[in-house]
Amino acid sequence: MIEMKLVSKRFGKINPLSIEEYIKFDGYKNLVNALSMEKTEIIEEVQHAYLRGRGGAGFPAAIKMMALAKETSEDKYIICNADEGEPGNFKDRYLMENDPHQILEGMIISAYATGATKGFIYVRGEYQKSMSLLKWSIDEAKKKGYLGKNILGKKFNFDIEVRSGAGSYVCGEEFALIESIEGNPGRTRVKPPFPTTKGLYGKPTLINNVETLATIPLIIEMGGKEFAKIGTPSSTGTKLISLSGNVKNKGVYEIPFGVPIRDVIYKLGGGIENDRKIKMVQLGGACGPIIPEYMLDMIIDFERFEEFDSKTGAGAIIVMDERFDLFDILLKIVRFFEHESCGKCTPCREGHIQLANLVIKFIERKATVKDMVSLESLARVIHQASLCGLGQTSPTAIISSLKYFRDDYLDRIEHPEKA
Amino acid sequence: MVNLVINNAKVSVEENTSILQAAKQYNMDIPTLCYYEDLNIKSDCRVCVIEVQGKKGLVSACSTPVAEGMVVYTNSPRVLNARKTIVELILSNHDTNCTTCVKNMKCELQTLARNLGIDENRFPSVFERCDIDENNPAIVRNPNLCIKCGRCVDVCKNVQGTNVLATMGRGHTMQVAPVFNEDLNEDFCTFCGQCASVCPVGAITEKDNTDQVWNAIMDSEKHVIVQVAPAVRVSLGEEIDQVVGNIVTGKIVSAMRLLGFDRVFDTDFTADLTIIEEGNELIHRVTTGGVLPMMTSCCPGWISYAETRYPDILDHLSSCKSPQQMFGALAKSYYAEKMNLDPKHVFVVSIMPCTAKKYEAQREEMSVNGVDPDVDVVLTTRELGKMIKQMGINFNGLEEQDFDNPFGITSGAGAIFGATGGVMEAAIRTVYEVVNKKPLENLDFKDLRGLEGIKEAEVDLGGTMVKVAVAHTLANAKVLCDQIRDGKSPYAFIEIMTCPGGCIGGGGQPYGTTNKVRQERINSTYRVDANMKIRKSHENPQVTALYEDYLEKPLGKKSHHLLHTHYHDRKRK
Amino acid sequence: MLLKELLQKYPKKEDQLIEILLEYQNEKIDHYISKEEITEVSKYLDVPESKVCSVLSFYTFFSDKPRGKHIIQVCKDVPCYVSSNIDVLKIIEKELGIRINETTPNQQFTLEFTSCLGCCEAAPAMRINDKIYTHLTADKIKAILSEYKVYM
Repeated sequence: MIEMKLVSKRFGKINPLSIEEYIKFDGYKNLVNALSMEKTEIIEEVQHAYLRGRGGAGFPAAIKMMALAKETSEDKYIICNADEGEPGNFKDRYLMENDPHQILEGMIISAYATGATKGFIYVRGEYQKSMSLLKWSIDEAKKKGYLGKNILGKKFNFDIEVRSGAGSYVCGEEFALIESIEGNPGRTRVKPPFPTTKGLYGKPTLINNVETLATIPLIIEMGGKEFAKIGTPSSTGTKLISLSGNVKNKGVYEIPFGVPIRDVIYKLGGGIENDRKIKMVQLGGACGPIIPEYMLDMIIDFERFEEFDSKTGAGAIIVMDERFDLFDILLKIVRFFEHESCGKCTPCREGHIQLANLVIKFIERKATVKDMVSLESLARVIHQASLCGLGQTSPTAIISSLKYFRDDYLDRIEHPEKA
Repeated sequence: MVNLVINNAKVSVEENTSILQAAKQYNMDIPTLCYYEDLNIKSDCRVCVIEVQGKKGLVSACSTPVAEGMVVYTNSPRVLNARKTIVELILSNHDTNCTTCVKNMKCELQTLARNLGIDENRFPSVFERCDIDENNPAIVRNPNLCIKCGRCVDVCKNVQGTNVLATMGRGHTMQVAPVFNEDLNEDFCTFCGQCASVCPVGAITEKDNTDQVWNAIMDSEKHVIVQVAPAVRVSLGEEIDQVVGNIVTGKIVSAMRLLGFDRVFDTDFTADLTIIEEGNELIHRVTTGGVLPMMTSCCPGWISYAETRYPDILDHLSSCKSPQQMFGALAKSYYAEKMNLDPKHVFVVSIMPCTAKKYEAQREEMSVNGVDPDVDVVLTTRELGKMIKQMGINFNGLEEQDFDNPFGITSGAGAIFGATGGVMEAAIRTVYEVVNKKPLENLDFKDLRGLEGIKEAEVDLGGTMVKVAVAHTLANAKVLCDQIRDGKSPYAFIEIMTCPGGCIGGGGQPYGTTNKVRQERINSTYRVDANMKIRKSHENPQVTALYEDYLEKPLGKKSHHLLHTHYHDRKRK
Repeated sequence: MLLKELLQKYPKKEDQLIEILLEYQNEKIDHYISKEEITEVSKYLDVPESKVCSVLSFYTFFSDKPRGKHIIQVCKDVPCYVSSNIDVLKIIEKELGIRINETTPNQQFTLEFTSCLGCCEAAPAMRINDKIYTHLTADKIKAILSEYKVYM
């Protein structure tokens, strides 16, 4: 069985509203253990585990924790990034709706290890159910003494506040998120300084994805070294994969890193609906590469994804069958980013509409070779010169399609008569 | 020191220097667009992106600090391609009708595109025409030209704190617009023009009134007189490619005569007059328990700010009009009488470093006969430069000429009105001597000079040490206003100037105003003062003659009617 | 609740702006924030009106123009697109007689696009006010809309 239910072990097995059921099912025992450890020990375990961010960037979590730990500010913050807006991704929603306390436990352990004084969970505005569950769980945790002052008798105070998004994908970006919590439009900031030096309200801030934080209790339980034995050397542990599109069994599956994409689609997803053929698969989300069927034996692993010059570790797999046209899909992707761009920097603000115009030329079979060259050049400039992760990853689908679906492009150029 | 390599050259600079500044120190200019010296780093335009070895993407030079061992390329093919693409993208959402654009040949985008060698745009134009905002007397906003660099929002929000302009919307349809997306209006905007001063393109400019002036000059029925503000004489040269800070007073007078003005007068004269009236007003308040601190009232941007944000402290303001308006009032009464002219045929033009003066001139109180404005048209320094070029005048070849009388003799005190702290210093030179009945030994109040936001000094008035303060920019004005509101102000007299550096940094001044430029213009201002024979307003014989001849006495009935005004509570309910 | 009352629930801190706007707008039957309301919030929090305008115009949840009682949002991103056997938008447009970004004459419904709602495993999906509806079929959509027409 390729599934490995560790972080998702409680999905469907407990009532998410009940802290008692959570506690009964190994809940908060890792917090108790962590509080008896040295703070540096906890971070060391995360380091041994080589836990990498589960929100998309794949940045080593221990490095961020160490950076926050060494800051001497009186106020330090931990933010849980629950602004899951990447199309195709819904695993954070599953975590929040099925096992909210695990996220809280991860945050509290991280706060203790880094000296953070307050936590925020920034949830996208559309996830009303998740927000209610989290707020409820925070109250329950407080009542049991897992949050608040002198947690479990230690000289450790920590509180968590839930904040709502208001319909902006870019607020999943670190500084845009911070700006949003501060009551501003969600536009990123000039870096440096980085959040761990000067983040929320100008204080040192650590931002982690929901799944990353939810994995912390597991690491305390198993020990970092054991955790690192799962998966691959560059990508340790498990990953929640959001599988959607034309597969029979859409949903969230937890697998160890290193599983081939094909296995997820066929062994877990049950194959393609109506037994159609796969035309293309997008990995990671709208910001990820589009690959053809013959590449599906590739394993799910951060290093492999890096080869696409992008960080696509959010883990979505969107399967598209032969009915769908590459350029229709590319246009939808570009329109998404066009709509979500914050507008601050030129390449992203002015570039997406030009990408869209070029893709439309291919849809209408009016494109020339010059257009293909312009498309690739523009996509690369947006990718390289944008100020934040949105622009830096939005052209990935186009760039990958130019590599793997070149024949589709050439067909449009060479056969305008098929329009 | 940090050692790095830029374009294969070894570079050594101080820590925390940006790559942009480091390169500049070694004579390597990296193109920029949204970057503006003395303003916040935005990193918006991405024009200054460069390659740093080891980093996958390109980073902006303006915001990236140097690091030991860094290897930087500012002109690699990847960088040049990115830069060109970025400028093409900006141009694709811009009204590229340059030849009829108000900023033609002065536009930073135009210069950038030319320098990058852009001769074709791969990207079709996607710009959608929208209305131009020109419903106020001072500023014109053309969103069709906006490139979203964010400079205007920065000055409006952080330098002035008036928060009129903001970015609205997001993505491709994002706009920079005034509050509520309405046209600029006097409810919020003080018309200080700092936004126009920093705009790299023609998206925000002053309202152009040069045609009205040409028409008046050509109208044989009109007797057209012009007054020139103190700040203009140390800045106009920049419009004609001269070095910053060149004093060109005499040439301005010559040029005015060539342009066809019937008389050329000096606003410094009425600046001296303002000191007499305001100085006496201060003494009156101090000796009779009047409202203190008294605050200057010659800056229309400040007046607008006070009326809309601090109407509760309006009785602190001096009731004196500004020098511009005192001149206008005298022109349409005293002068017209003296010249045997119907005031309706006297057309008053003023050349100001300021855009808010255009608003001030059309305020309904600024009319002696209650119908016609005392000052008919206000032109900015930039517009005067335009007229000189339109006429084809060889400015640099002009001889120096003198202002006309009866408004031509001035003192150094009048001349320093253009610098922050100048009005205060001018006032002290007179008030000290009137109160203490002895000459002021040191005329130079260095404590009040310079670019510090809020400056203080102490003056001995009749044995009591009195505190005075000077603030420039509205963000600093706010600090002093809040103090007054809280009843905690320790001052007797406060000078407020809206523009950074005072009028020499006004919204109508030549482009490229930075702190370095402001300091140069300020230095020249004090040089003008130092070189003048008369340095105190009350020693100006023409001012004395005016009182003897016409006004009778300071704060007298005639003075009140012509030279003083009142204010309105304009706070939005 | 009057805006004045609602504001009292919140501390006078700048970072409360978005929460305040969300709660208040949700309560209003026409789901928008008016010019006067912008001024009131701005006064309460001591933030410039231009900033409130800026925030209002940035986030898609907010509107400065009146909208219908029920905001219907249809997803147009890739996972819903490939998982749909129906054209959700066309069905709704036909049922309500309006096009995208329009409001029904009786002010009951406004139709908008939304970016991915994060329930791709149950696509196609749509959102009406705070509720998300998934596994949509033509019949299901019509039934949901009828309920809103009659009961809400």
